[in-house]
Amino acid sequence: MEMPLNGRKRRHGLNGNQNLMGWLFVAPPVILFACFTLIPMVMAVIFSFSSYDIINPPRLIGLKNYERILTDQFFHIALRNTVFYTVLYVPLGLILALATALFLNSKRRMVTLYRTMFYMPVLSSAVANATMWSWIYNPKMGLLNGVLALLGIQGPSWLNDSSTAMYAIVIMSLWGGYAGNMMIFLAALKGVPAHYHESAVLDGANAWQRFIYITVPSIQKTTFFVSTMLIIGTFQVFDAAYLLTSGGPGNATITVVYYIYNRAFKDLKMGYASALSLCLFVIIFVFSAINMRINRTEEV
Amino acid sequence: MVENGRRRRVRGILWYFFGSLMALCTVYPFLWMIGTSFKETTEIYARPLNLIPLAFTTENYRNIMETVPFFLYFLNSFILAAAGVMTNVFLGALAGYGFAKLKFRGRKTLFRILLSSMMLPGIVTMVPLFVVLRRFPFFGGNNWMGMGGKGMINTFWAIILPGACGTYAVFFMKQFFETLPTELAEAARIDGAGEFRIFWQVYLPLIKPAAMTLGIMTFQSGWNNFMWPLIVLNDPNKYTIQIGLSLFKTNYSTNYGAMMGGTVIAMLPVIILFVFAQRYFVEGIAFSGSKN
Repeated sequence: MEMPLNGRKRRHGLNGNQNLMGWLFVAPPVILFACFTLIPMVMAVIFSFSSYDIINPPRLIGLKNYERILTDQFFHIALRNTVFYTVLYVPLGLILALATALFLNSKRRMVTLYRTMFYMPVLSSAVANATMWSWIYNPKMGLLNGVLALLGIQGPSWLNDSSTAMYAIVIMSLWGGYAGNMMIFLAALKGVPAHYHESAVLDGANAWQRFIYITVPSIQKTTFFVSTMLIIGTFQVFDAAYLLTSGGPGNATITVVYYIYNRAFKDLKMGYASALSLCLFVIIFVFSAINMRINRTEEV
Repeated sequence: MVENGRRRRVRGILWYFFGSLMALCTVYPFLWMIGTSFKETTEIYARPLNLIPLAFTTENYRNIMETVPFFLYFLNSFILAAAGVMTNVFLGALAGYGFAKLKFRGRKTLFRILLSSMMLPGIVTMVPLFVVLRRFPFFGGNNWMGMGGKGMINTFWAIILPGACGTYAVFFMKQFFETLPTELAEAARIDGAGEFRIFWQVYLPLIKPAAMTLGIMTFQSGWNNFMWPLIVLNDPNKYTIQIGLSLFKTNYSTNYGAMMGGTVIAMLPVIILFVFAQRYFVEGIAFSGSKN
């Protein structure tokens, strides 16, 4: 490396200009964060107390938006659908991801091939999944009812029936998303020291006992992380409902974010949509806190 | 002993049985979709469950390419995803290096603030972010007050800028730079090299694997991104492939052959990337779980 005998550098000393340079290095994400996260957060709060249609300037209307939420039937339907989706998806997604990760945490041949094949659905987009599954869910010609017919079961008409449409969305989303969490669990399982299991086997512990007393405590941080991300994600479900059923039939699969999207970008009710967004944020926060409590108590 | 060996064999068979069943569930829909995309319309209706078409045809692909400007959408998606890769890898590396290797005041607090934003549900900023982009000063006909024009709405900037340097990219790169020795920088500093040159010439060449992993993760999420482009783009010439495919699904919901063909095309880039760089996918996912 060449040595420019630059006096200025010397005077600053070895750490002299790190203070300035450090700020310059991290400036881009900090500026982007300020413009596109921090300012919007403040705006969301202000909008939620205003009536705003984007074209005319916002007009403060106090708590009116929040009062309306209390009596907004469509929001209540959307919230009920979203909670239903979350309550079904989060535990199933956790169990499926952990079970497949445990399954793949083996030294048999084919593990890599299976892992690749399990992971395939994560590669495709929400739109690709929805187009594919709209074909799979076709009541007469679809793959799912075709397989069910082989087993002698008369399948429902899935997307056209308001009692099954939400289940259809849950199944599709589970199929498309579980393998990401499976990979996260798999990495955590690989980190559990092998001698824990070996000494437990010597002590006569069976597989179930080893799972409960060694595996579960060892991967607790991962379980907490995955479940938190699942809760945050499922409460904001939009793509699947928008693409697969357009919220229907009736309002059977309209979700909160879908409803906010319609209010904001179809009706241009930015103020009301902001108030709805903040409500959803509080709901997500409460559920995440409950999840944290559950994980803590297990620890003790 | 014999009993033990038999039990192990039964367990082995069960393991392969369960694995194959699961793999069938995850992979068969794709094969069935590809099969459908090469079937003639009459066969799609007559023998829907057949995997391999009796009469092989590319009619569905021609059909979708003629009904929608799929090539243009493909190109738009590619530009957006590639721009995301470049900005996230470069700016992420720059900031990751800054947080890992440079000592400046407020470093820890700043990083903690950025990190906590990862847990912030996107819905909180969705509506106001649209307003910020529309009211962005000096953009798209806007004056300094952000009035008069449409700002960044309907331009690729509305997608590129807010996602130019995700917190995930910064965090990912910071973790990686922390594994590299600090002595390299100190030696270069004694030699009189400036901070940016140390980053560019000494450290950047060492992070190629991390850059690959981050680049691939960013490409996949950019390519598959749906909701935000749907919100900010309404000029049909700027649609992404995901929007194009979703419109086709709404407008031609019974043309399953062409729909499956379009889906195959939309999935192709990520699948090809996965085939050639599977290692990086696995590393990227495993990392995102280790951040707790």
